[in-house]
Amino acid sequence: MGDVIMGGGESGVFTTKFDALLGWARKFSLFQYPFVTACCGMEFMAAAGPKYDIARFGAEAPRFSPRQSDLLWVVGTVSQRQAPALRRIYEQMLEPKWVMSFGTCASCGGFYDNYATLPGIDKAIPVDVYIPGCPPRPEAVLDGLMLLMDKIGRCDRTPAVLKNTALPEGVPDKLEQLYQIRMKGKAPVTNEE
Amino acid sequence: MSKLLLDRLKAQFGDSVLETSSFRGDDVAVLDPKVWRAAATFLRDDPRCACDYFVDLSVVDFPDLDESTGRFEVYLIVHSVAKKHRVRLKARLKEASADLDSVSSVYGGADWAEREAFDMFGVRFNGHPDLRRILMYEEFSGYPLRKDYPANKAQPLIEYREGTHDKLGPFLEDEGMPFDRSPVDPKNFSH
Repeated sequence: MGDVIMGGGESGVFTTKFDALLGWARKFSLFQYPFVTACCGMEFMAAAGPKYDIARFGAEAPRFSPRQSDLLWVVGTVSQRQAPALRRIYEQMLEPKWVMSFGTCASCGGFYDNYATLPGIDKAIPVDVYIPGCPPRPEAVLDGLMLLMDKIGRCDRTPAVLKNTALPEGVPDKLEQLYQIRMKGKAPVTNEE
Repeated sequence: MSKLLLDRLKAQFGDSVLETSSFRGDDVAVLDPKVWRAAATFLRDDPRCACDYFVDLSVVDFPDLDESTGRFEVYLIVHSVAKKHRVRLKARLKEASADLDSVSSVYGGADWAEREAFDMFGVRFNGHPDLRRILMYEEFSGYPLRKDYPANKAQPLIEYREGTHDKLGPFLEDEGMPFDRSPVDPKNFSH
């Protein structure tokens, strides 16, 4: 971060750098408001638990009032009937505020193409990061959170969709090696009785 | 499974039992809608029936049958805990006269089931204490589980934000935004 804070110096650049400094400060201090409506909530609980340790990103403290929070997690299917409530919650949050769309249903309605379901929360409120998955794994959630922090640091408010990433090269082989070490001396696992 | 319940119903209501069937223990009686509540009361109060447990009430829509028997088939399933038998009652209603006596005064559990049937199919239950929509909102027009309701017709309560479309995801040029995508751009400061 040193170059961001120290660099520049030409006229007109300072404002940008100051925003970058603000963004850098903000991105490690996210107070989340979980708007949990459906089965994605289970995966959200897993991601928010100690095993995945969301506290590493400074985003572990849930506030159960939108007026005390700046990151809205929309977790699960939102029905047409809930949409006014969701918009009202968003409007109660103080600037600067960000929205994470957790899972396919919140992002685009998922497979609910019917009379009851809002086809994506972006019909009601602006969204910063979409995390695809049904539900997304905690790793994907943390990836989405890191993408959001990256965006906050860059002062970028355009919507972003989390990329579906493959395992890095060599990791599958390493996993296979670990599996072989662990299973050494044990009977092989088969599907037969 | 004995057909005791069907025999009792036929003895009590005669020609008002339009047809009966019994398939692998599932006893079904199609009733004249006029005796709907009387039959429910009879099943509950008759000591040999003793159907004290309300299982389910809902509607099946057969739009092609409206000319002949009526498109809405309301069914009511009741069960006897003591005698371990159950029966399914059916009443067929035409769309023009889709109303039926409420059985919520007989089986308290039918209250919300009838509200749901009204909400989803528009069948009106006479004598129901509080016949309002239960799942959909008051502003909703039409009955979504009728077969002639358009399958993907939504009636939003809010105005959709500009630049968004039905079912067109956000997944266009921004899909898979890379980290550190661009230097800080003042254009991107606000939504």
